[in-house]
Amino acid sequence: MSSTDPMAEIRASFFVECEELLEALQDGLCALENGSDDGETIHVVFRAVHSIKGGAGAFGFDHLVQFSHQYETVLDAVRDGRLPVTPQLLNLFFRAADHLSDIIRAAREEENFPVQTSAAILAELDAQVTDAAPQSPPEEIAFAPVALNLDLNIADDVALHDDAQAKRFIIQFTPEPELFETGNDVPHIFAALAELGTLDVQCDTGRIPTLDLLVPEAVYLSWSLVLQTDVDEAEIASTFEFVEGLCDLQILPEPMAEMGAPYPENKSKLPSSDAPNAAPLQVDQPAPSTPTDTKKKTVIRVDIERVERLVNLVGELVINQAMLSQSMQSAGLSPHSDAMNGLEEFQRLTRDIQDSVMMIRAQPVKSLFQRMSRIVRETSASVSKDVRLITEGETTEVDKTVIERLADPLTHMIRNAVDHGIESAQSRVANGKPAHGEVRLKASHRSGRVVIDISDDGGGIDRDRVLEIAKTKGLVPTDAKLSDTEIDNLLFMPGFSTSSNVSDLSGRGVGMDVVKTAIHALGGRIAIQSTMGLGTSFSISLPLTLAVLDGMVVDVEGETLVVPLNVVSETVTLTDQNVEMVRSGCSIVRNRGGFLPLLDLGELLGYRDVTNCFVDRIALLLTLDDDMCVALVVDEIHDQRQVVIKGLDDSFYRAPGIAAATILGDGQIALILDPADIVAHAGTSEKTLSKHQVLEAHA
Amino acid sequence: MSDGDMKQPIELLTFKLGDQEYALEIMSVREIRGWTKATPMPLAPSFMRGVINLRGTVLPVIDLAERLGLPKCGQNNRNVIIVVKLEGHMTGLLVDAVSDIVALGNSDLQDPPDAAGGNGMHVIKSLTVIDERMIRVLDLAQVVVQAESDAA
Repeated sequence: MSSTDPMAEIRASFFVECEELLEALQDGLCALENGSDDGETIHVVFRAVHSIKGGAGAFGFDHLVQFSHQYETVLDAVRDGRLPVTPQLLNLFFRAADHLSDIIRAAREEENFPVQTSAAILAELDAQVTDAAPQSPPEEIAFAPVALNLDLNIADDVALHDDAQAKRFIIQFTPEPELFETGNDVPHIFAALAELGTLDVQCDTGRIPTLDLLVPEAVYLSWSLVLQTDVDEAEIASTFEFVEGLCDLQILPEPMAEMGAPYPENKSKLPSSDAPNAAPLQVDQPAPSTPTDTKKKTVIRVDIERVERLVNLVGELVINQAMLSQSMQSAGLSPHSDAMNGLEEFQRLTRDIQDSVMMIRAQPVKSLFQRMSRIVRETSASVSKDVRLITEGETTEVDKTVIERLADPLTHMIRNAVDHGIESAQSRVANGKPAHGEVRLKASHRSGRVVIDISDDGGGIDRDRVLEIAKTKGLVPTDAKLSDTEIDNLLFMPGFSTSSNVSDLSGRGVGMDVVKTAIHALGGRIAIQSTMGLGTSFSISLPLTLAVLDGMVVDVEGETLVVPLNVVSETVTLTDQNVEMVRSGCSIVRNRGGFLPLLDLGELLGYRDVTNCFVDRIALLLTLDDDMCVALVVDEIHDQRQVVIKGLDDSFYRAPGIAAATILGDGQIALILDPADIVAHAGTSEKTLSKHQVLEAHA
Repeated sequence: MSDGDMKQPIELLTFKLGDQEYALEIMSVREIRGWTKATPMPLAPSFMRGVINLRGTVLPVIDLAERLGLPKCGQNNRNVIIVVKLEGHMTGLLVDAVSDIVALGNSDLQDPPDAAGGNGMHVIKSLTVIDERMIRVLDLAQVVVQAESDAA
């Protein structure tokens, strides 16, 4: 652990800050691009780059300083109005932002950044300011003061309005008992204030109770002060520095125009009991709003390890609670007893805590989408297509791990969409489409899962060509007749790449099969939909979290197993009528007019030998990706419940068909099935079987 | 016992498998647990006893006798699971009974004879004799890591 190095910590926090600043930069640039900026945007953008420069200087990242300085110079020109915001300029800004994040990443990874790669973009930035230089200096933006109507019942009786510099502040000061306990005293503070200008003090004694109710240690007084001074608010606040947190303090600037009402003749630093009607300061109007009054959400940075620990502990809590409820049930307590009612409440609380903890890990997909907008920019530039990325649902929150592990598959799919999906501008225009293509990225919550849609308005999947390629590559038999959906799903097969000219962006041997595997690993599903001439859309459905799972608890040969609920479409009892044996060890079940292969879970897991009698057994009908359905025979269904996922140490032994494990109420471990894997495993074991049969036939 | 070579004493945890005695370096042992029913892993090699719940983590358990090719240890309640940690991975080893903790000097350990060959010999790092009983000191990496590649 090198966390003892204070410099390393500061450095790490600089990079965390950079991430935030880069995000703000992207946001600002996007706002400028789609015209939703509010005049403050360019300042935000400028400040982001400026702050990066400042931090970089402190850590001696020379190249970063140099680049951000040049960037900042151009932004400054825009800020001053010397340089008009054009789409070309914005494009340059976007590219510069991308480059900036590259430099920052290199600095963070302590890699050597090839300085010469910045030369081109630096030159472009430089050209902008040299162009802008001859223009006349900008006019000062006239500051329009906001007229405030503070309805105050106190005002100034010092008629010294001739001093233009003098400002008046109304200070509302209510000390807490702790203020006096820590040795501070009010007169000292007021004396300090009086040195800043002309001070009027009014004490509010309205809260002093009658003598019999008076607590000697309590504080019943508050003061209203009017300070006429030429110093600014910060300096006044600094007077109260020592009593910060020990008093209730409000400092409000008072507009010059609203003065005149006579100040009540009650000026005393000491509480005087003969002034009971001293009205407290009333400020009916809200505090004057500053231009930068965008209410920022307060956030704290927490080490992810602490959150992980909390998640684990909550997992334990869920398990313990299950254990407790099981033992209380077996103790034979009446369901209406206080203990059972309490337990129910406890269960509800546990669920709430779990949800809240999961929410800590949840993050908006915004950062991911921002990365994708960069991918679109870069990809479209390199294939000379005009492609726009339209994002929707950026605030949709997903588990942090899911976001991290989604970046690569999503990058790949976005590149595919730009490179293969969107046609060239000529053919788009020829087909009556706008010349620029569109890639849509949309995130949404749907029935407890996150759905991410990636769609393009390109040419769609050329199914004839896909089938032809699959045939020449030997992925399907040459005489195969496939449905449209089946052809679309060929894209996910390993070793498939349709692009006839392999570009340097996509088609590097990493196909959609890798994307599919990655999505599967996250417990997700991917579906494809395409309309010829109108575009292709992929839909990824993911669990909200990787820590809990809704599962169906089943029994097979005395072993308890959990089947993820999202794949179970229905359950059926097997009878003579609906089960047909094709051959030994291979049966099918008829359900709603369709035939499904019947797989015995006990046999697949090696718990029992092949059986052919399934009558009166229960089968779960599973719907897997690519709409493949199978029926899985189990002995008994216990219930549906949320289980905490415990990873298996795969380095030791990787069991086929098992995704993870969970701990049941009785402390025993139950394995969680990976339905897709178990079906695939069933497929392969059958194939090897048939291979054996072939060999036997030859012998 | 020679007293000159006691500079680097090592402590060993000795345990019984059938009628044989084995030992592990105590530094690799995290804890010793009583026998609990393991959840079997499907289609696992026979020495893979399954997984147990170790305070909320899933711990794979190896039947050490089976792994070493010894007659399967008689299943009873007095069996214990030695939890070992190797390269950050925790593994449980099912043994018949834990005997003792002994401290030895390096000179007390002898290399196993080369001629012995055989399959089981790779997992034995050294031999020692305590009270006229031969104790086999296991090479944990061989037992656990080798089991991994066997299982894969």
